[in-house]
Amino acid sequence: MKRYVMIGGGVAAVGCIEGIRSLDREGEITVISEEDHPVYSRPLISYLLEGKTDTERMKYRPDGFYKENGCRVFYGRRAVSVDAVSHSVALDDGAKTAYDKLCVAAGSRPFVPPFEGLDTVKYKFSFMTLDDALALDAALFESARVLIVGAGLIGLKCAEGIRDRVGSITVCDLADRVLSSILDADCAAVVQKHLEQNGIAFMLGDTVQRFEGSRACMKSGVAVDFDLLVLAVGVWANSELVKNAGGEVNRGILVDKKMMTTLDGVYAAGDCAEGYDAALGARRVLAILPNAYMQGNTAGVNMAGGEQEFGNAVPMNSIGFFGLHIMTAGVYDGEMFEDAETGSIRRLFVKDGRLAGFILIGGTDRAGIYTSLIREKTPLDTVDFDLTKKVASNLIFSQEIRRKKFGGVV
Amino acid sequence: MKRVYVNEEWCLGCHLCEYNCAYANSGLKDMVVALKDKKIFPRIRVEGEDRITFAVSCRHCTDPICVKSCIAGAISKRDGVVRIDRNKCVGCLTCVLVCPYGALAPGEDGIMQKCELCLDNACGAPACVTGCPNRAIVYEERSETQ
Repeated sequence: MKRYVMIGGGVAAVGCIEGIRSLDREGEITVISEEDHPVYSRPLISYLLEGKTDTERMKYRPDGFYKENGCRVFYGRRAVSVDAVSHSVALDDGAKTAYDKLCVAAGSRPFVPPFEGLDTVKYKFSFMTLDDALALDAALFESARVLIVGAGLIGLKCAEGIRDRVGSITVCDLADRVLSSILDADCAAVVQKHLEQNGIAFMLGDTVQRFEGSRACMKSGVAVDFDLLVLAVGVWANSELVKNAGGEVNRGILVDKKMMTTLDGVYAAGDCAEGYDAALGARRVLAILPNAYMQGNTAGVNMAGGEQEFGNAVPMNSIGFFGLHIMTAGVYDGEMFEDAETGSIRRLFVKDGRLAGFILIGGTDRAGIYTSLIREKTPLDTVDFDLTKKVASNLIFSQEIRRKKFGGVV
Repeated sequence: MKRVYVNEEWCLGCHLCEYNCAYANSGLKDMVVALKDKKIFPRIRVEGEDRITFAVSCRHCTDPICVKSCIAGAISKRDGVVRIDRNKCVGCLTCVLVCPYGALAPGEDGIMQKCELCLDNACGAPACVTGCPNRAIVYEERSETQ
């Protein structure tokens, strides 16, 4: 009987467990979960503060999940080292767990720049885990002035989640635009305006030089007084366990398309892993939930003796703020085709006769058709590209392709 | 398992499937009360106009990417049917971003809804198919190779 161990209890681990169980109902699965919660949907923490969900509905899997899958879960336990020679994991309480196949799904942690005077700030929060969200939730009050450092996905979702519960929100970022990881300058300007109309203030191209208690002295010379500070600058992959065990890491743990690390019997998945990005044509960390599940699932199938590759991962995000939906995927490389109507933007990027990426703001209907063109590297001369530029529709395909899609088992 | 399949060349573009879907999922007994003067949010959508039309609904894929991508764990596949727990959905639209068939759209409240083959409503079998006047959509078993 195989012994499987997961380091991490998040979505990548769930994908891995389900991947293993699709082939092996017998093997012993041990989950080492640093967080003292059954798996939950992390991207929902802003919705929790907004009152659109609760901790019960945030459960990513039903209560009986681990039991039904025959998993032993160590909650609140941290893996401190991996011995790739003797195939065992050491825990923070001194215990050791042996494995035949190991999946490192250790996630990421907030990156906190060494701001001068940060230790003088009394009320400061990260915004990544359920516990982070619950701590911030408990600290919110109606007249609170909130400073959020970081205008990325995490910082802005946090802003949306708490807006109706605080007095004011200012978001600063070293970048000169919001959502700089997924939007170009024009699109970022549209989203920023929308956020400003909804009461969020911005200080972009600016950063905190030092903190003095409840005051942030900005590089620009401006001083910002605040009651609560949220640090959402970015995240680091938790790759140390594999690195210290002798495995290859870059910005994340290096994995092949089967999610294997360079260590025998050791796989990695999710935010800690640096796998192949088909849009980029190179490896990079894709810290998004769908990727975590699919990487984990691929790892699980392979750990259980199956053969599966995950070769068409691409960056993609669907995110909404105050009713405005944004969808992006791929890379913004090559020739750009734009179709802008009032209040919406549609930008497609074409390279080498393939769709390389897109940005949609506002009109997002059937966007998955675009995403599939990227993932499947569909030659654009096989679809009606003039129509594609205007709308995501199954009409872009030939009748023969449609017959397969809608008349066959898929 | 039985799924809804499209015979594009038979589609009249009449949109009856959309109305029957909206009615079937309204939970109301009276079709007039359910639909009259209302903007409908059907789980099947007719694409195209004029010459080419066809009705698109969930394919209930063998390996559904929406299930793997849902950030709320709200979509699952049971007994071959891809279902959504609307209570868990927060309306992030990630499923819309990944569905290669463009088969998903949110309901009136911004929360996702999807075709569940009318298995859980009063119809028991897809109302879109039952009401299709020209067999442009059918509910039947087909094999992988067909």
